[in-house]
Amino acid sequence: MSAVLEIEGLRKTYRSRKRGVRHALDGFDMRVEAGQVHGFLGPNGSGKTTTLRTLLGLIRPNGGRMAILGQELPQALPAVAGQVGAIVESPQFFPHFSARDTLGLLAQAGELPKQRVDEVLELVGLRDRAGERVKTYSLGMKQRLAVASALLKNPKLLILDEPANGLDPGGIREMRGLMRDLSAAGMTVVLSSHILGEIQLICDSVTIISLGRRVAFGPVDEVLAAHSQGAVRVRLEAVTDLPQATETLTRAGIRVTAEPDHLMLSGVDKPATVSRVLAEQGLYVSELTPVAVDLESVFLELTATAPVPGQHRQVDQSTKVGEPGSGATTGGWGA
Amino acid sequence: MSLYFTELRRLSKRRLTRLLLVLLLLGLATVATAFSFSSHQLSKETVAAAQVESDAQYQRAMEDWKKTVADCDAAKARGDQDTEERYGPNCGRDWQPQPEMFDPKWNLPYQFDFRAEFPMFIAVFAGAVALFAFIVGASYVGAEWSTGGMMNLLLWRPKRLAVLGTKLAALLTTVLGVSLVLGAFWTLAFWLIGRYRGTTAKVTAGVWQSIGLDGLRAVGLILLVGAVAFALASLGRHTAMALGAAVAVFAISEIGIRIAVAVLSVPFGDRYVLSTYAQSWFMKKVELFDYDTCQFAKGACEPAKLVVTWQQSALVLGVGAAAALIGAFWSMRRRDIA
Repeated sequence: MSAVLEIEGLRKTYRSRKRGVRHALDGFDMRVEAGQVHGFLGPNGSGKTTTLRTLLGLIRPNGGRMAILGQELPQALPAVAGQVGAIVESPQFFPHFSARDTLGLLAQAGELPKQRVDEVLELVGLRDRAGERVKTYSLGMKQRLAVASALLKNPKLLILDEPANGLDPGGIREMRGLMRDLSAAGMTVVLSSHILGEIQLICDSVTIISLGRRVAFGPVDEVLAAHSQGAVRVRLEAVTDLPQATETLTRAGIRVTAEPDHLMLSGVDKPATVSRVLAEQGLYVSELTPVAVDLESVFLELTATAPVPGQHRQVDQSTKVGEPGSGATTGGWGA
Repeated sequence: MSLYFTELRRLSKRRLTRLLLVLLLLGLATVATAFSFSSHQLSKETVAAAQVESDAQYQRAMEDWKKTVADCDAAKARGDQDTEERYGPNCGRDWQPQPEMFDPKWNLPYQFDFRAEFPMFIAVFAGAVALFAFIVGASYVGAEWSTGGMMNLLLWRPKRLAVLGTKLAALLTTVLGVSLVLGAFWTLAFWLIGRYRGTTAKVTAGVWQSIGLDGLRAVGLILLVGAVAFALASLGRHTAMALGAAVAVFAISEIGIRIAVAVLSVPFGDRYVLSTYAQSWFMKKVELFDYDTCQFAKGACEPAKLVVTWQQSALVLGVGAAAALIGAFWSMRRRDIA
């Protein structure tokens, strides 16, 4: 499959007399294949928006390589800009223009036919409110307008930063359907969002960033599987056998957490091993269930941003790949 | 070209542009209308009545003077000692009213003289349109930055300098169009006032040429003000930056420097004040005098003089505008857009 978006070793450093040096992007890598809906995840301040802005030519990188549709950036940005639709962070528009004026001006600047404006207004559900000033719009309506502006070019690559922000539940579902339709039509979509349930539902693949470095990437299923840690829930026919089963499994090298009526195992490569080891001791399982992890738990684990009772996590407190103590560089997911 | 026409459309669709244009039109129309009422064309009857009035004033003054001299003589005859204090030396005989002191034109109503007075109204016009250009120029690009419009546009047109240059071109074209159209109406209005409510005598081809050159200088200053406002707002990425800079320049140049040069007795201190160059640009030259070089106790004195020419003004104003524009384009090229 060909890559629509490639980023290798991207660096962006901010220097300030007061705050010193801060590496917003510290050798970040990313790859998005054609036709995919790709989730781009990271805690606040991890470098997501900086990456998107750098990619779109709004920020100058200090190093690294970027390419869109096989063309090197930023040199080829004017050539590929017509094939990239994007919204970055919150939607921003001139408040005194109507949605139709806003899109009409963009369409004229991009030498697009006027009817394209009506098409995208229809697509995002703003047709009947298109003549009203943007300042009268709710956040969700502004978000729809932002998506419309990104779709105006009928791009090959669509980059959406928090597109569901401010949308009502119906709007979120519509957005999900729209992403699927666009992807089915051959458009590649990069989706940055904190609504991880949505990402898990919509996206084919994900990249997770933390403190300017990639901590995980790949198809969603593989990322989840790689970080499920072989968790298995075991119930026995007799609850009274649980202590003996705990001892037996621990001796077999399996990490066991005892619960009142079941055991939670981790580090299990093959669930059948559990069944065999227990059966050899005359202990018979009534339930042996691999526990599926969701994207949220994987995200929290990889970025080390799960809330800890009694602690107030600061925005820059997350996993930094490659630093001592970080547990995210295992396997093939590290940067 | 599509971006250029888009920017022209964007600028003309802006509410502030339209509002300020209406206010400008109303302001200029009010000045012209009010002025047309204050000017009165002089008929032969009016001139004759003014002559009669001034003759009468002369006669009254002569009678008053004769009575005063007679009173003084009578007082002297009575032996009064203070006649010189009360009536002046020689009973005021030296102060006899002269006919030329009663010019009939003082009794005439005001009549607008197009040839002599219209250049001043070009300056009034330039001031009003320059204010329009400043606010529109600053807010046009300032609002684009502060509302995220510039970022949106750069996602479509990533060539930053071309985008800023096109916006500047659209602004200057609009301001030029407004200046030329309104300038033509302004000239026509005052010519009509002169024609029907004043005088257009002695308006030769040379006068029209001079008016044309004054108009060109006015348009040049208007465009320069618009460009500087645009550059300042783009540098600060906010309309308020240009407005703040204008206030700062006014405070520093027109107040601070004037006070400083007065305190330090700097010869020709006004040459350091920006408005001197704007004035010189309009008036072709401004003469500054240093009265400190005179010792009036020794009699009449010709003070030292410094002439600021319109060419010097062009240099000072041009360098200032160029610096602001270069800064804006450099900033656009180098700075991150967050």
